[in-house]
Amino acid sequence: MKHRISEFVVGLLFGLGLMLAGMTDPAKVIGFLDLLGNWDPSLALVMAGAIAVGVGAFAVARQRTTNLLGGALHLPTSQQIDKPLVIGAALFGAGWGLAGFCPGPAIVSMASGQTKAIVFVAFMLLGMWGFELFSRWMALPEIKIEA
Amino acid sequence: MTIDWTHFTPWLSLGGGLLLGLASAAFILVNGRILGISGILGGLLTPKTGDMGWRLSFLLGMVAAPWVAKVLLPEGWMQAPRIEASFGVVSLAGLLVGFGTRYGSGCTSGHGVCGLSRLSPRSLVSTLTFMGLGFVTVYAVRHLF
Repeated sequence: MKHRISEFVVGLLFGLGLMLAGMTDPAKVIGFLDLLGNWDPSLALVMAGAIAVGVGAFAVARQRTTNLLGGALHLPTSQQIDKPLVIGAALFGAGWGLAGFCPGPAIVSMASGQTKAIVFVAFMLLGMWGFELFSRWMALPEIKIEA
Repeated sequence: MTIDWTHFTPWLSLGGGLLLGLASAAFILVNGRILGISGILGGLLTPKTGDMGWRLSFLLGMVAAPWVAKVLLPEGWMQAPRIEASFGVVSLAGLLVGFGTRYGSGCTSGHGVCGLSRLSPRSLVSTLTFMGLGFVTVYAVRHLF
């Protein structure tokens, strides 16, 4: 139960942070991505603020094997810089630039009731589901056709 | 390039960033999880017993944020999202973001905030790639077409 409550509070803090930072407004995000136009540097400060706090926290996390509630601490183990990492990030970046939404802010923005925010999230979930199908298909043993 | 001083919100954005960092710090230290939205969402699509509760609690909290903000500040914190892209473009963008973040194992939160905070080379490559493509895409849409 303690876990459920703290996860909820963390989600709430994160949502408030996204709103305060301006990430839930696609026009602002696109203002940041418009590097060669009339550039709004705000989101660079979002990253700087977040990482300034994060670096210390992850330095502590690396030294620990359990979380503060006594459970497991799940840190990523993958080190490989491979094609899926780069291709995935490239597709994501293109979508981010087209609409100005990344996953978290899109979900928070649904509260505005705007149809486009809801449509974005629906298609994002469809894309994620497409990935599940794709990865299952990639995992199938290759069918060998013998002459 | 010119700087858009009229829309520049240094203190709000820095404050928002600190909150995002605080949330990411609390999630790894208290709950032992990486705060990555695409991973949290993606895991809901392939349900496993015992792996759903933390995802749902977190997402509920995040979804509650605009309503909590409305109570805290009657004028509301949230500027209404300005979505300029057409329905077709928004749909395509959603597909790209959904597929891309899962294929690339993370988005702005998981790679951009947590990964860079962990000094992960993988996340640095991811962040440079999605930011780079973001810049190129906006350049193409705004200044080429």
